[in-house]
Amino acid sequence: MAMKNRDNYIKLEFSSLPENVALARVLIASLVVQVDTTITDLEEVKVAVSEAVSNAIIHGYQNEPNNIVNIEAKIVAGELEIVVEDSGIGIEDVEKAMTPTFSTHPDRMGLGFVFMKSFMDNVEVLSEIGKGTKVVLQKKLVNDGSCARVAT
Amino acid sequence: MVIVKIKNESLIVKISGDLDLVIAKDFRETVDKILVDRPLKNLILDLTEVNFIDSSGLGAILGRYKLIQQQGGKMSIWGAKPSVHRILDLSGILKIIPVFKNEKNIIEKREA
Repeated sequence: MAMKNRDNYIKLEFSSLPENVALARVLIASLVVQVDTTITDLEEVKVAVSEAVSNAIIHGYQNEPNNIVNIEAKIVAGELEIVVEDSGIGIEDVEKAMTPTFSTHPDRMGLGFVFMKSFMDNVEVLSEIGKGTKVVLQKKLVNDGSCARVAT
Repeated sequence: MVIVKIKNESLIVKISGDLDLVIAKDFRETVDKILVDRPLKNLILDLTEVNFIDSSGLGAILGRYKLIQQQGGKMSIWGAKPSVHRILDLSGILKIIPVFKNEKNIIEKREA
């Protein structure tokens, strides 16, 4: 128990392959389970990571596999911050891209950013045409809620 | 993994694992290849073994729904785990595609 909830940091870069969406998800999930959090929070973080990495591959790199996606994550005082970054085509209109049901692909629902926003406490998107996109996802995982602990 | 079987006029598709970008593609291609040659009345999606779904998976489901509907067929979902069911619900898909508890119920209802 003494090891629980201590600060942690990871960084990984990987090829823009669809198979690596699962890799990123498992990586972040393994980091998140190290702290006292709920199954719901874990599931929500997994969806948000999946969306951010899928966007980098599908939109940023237009499904071109020979590119690099960067993922960085840290947990500081029970607060998770994930940064997913690509050097792809960038998003022309971030505000529009974040609108529900906006999608440039016919078989997609435009829910990527909607899920990121609903499942994380804070989502920031920095994008520049021709340079790439950086998505910052933040979520408080551990409530310092001494009340809850006292109650148990 | 995507496994399909055809029973009477129903195409039953069982998906296992995480329904993300990779399996969504497999699911889309498998179903489209069958339906292009042989339009069927029902597309039953068995999600019992699906542990995770994201918007790539949801997009593939919605796309197959549109396809079977264009062909005059219907789509149903069977056996989504609570975490998967929650995402389906949040996406709004449950408003257009019914979810059943088991395969037998769907076939009875669809073929009645």
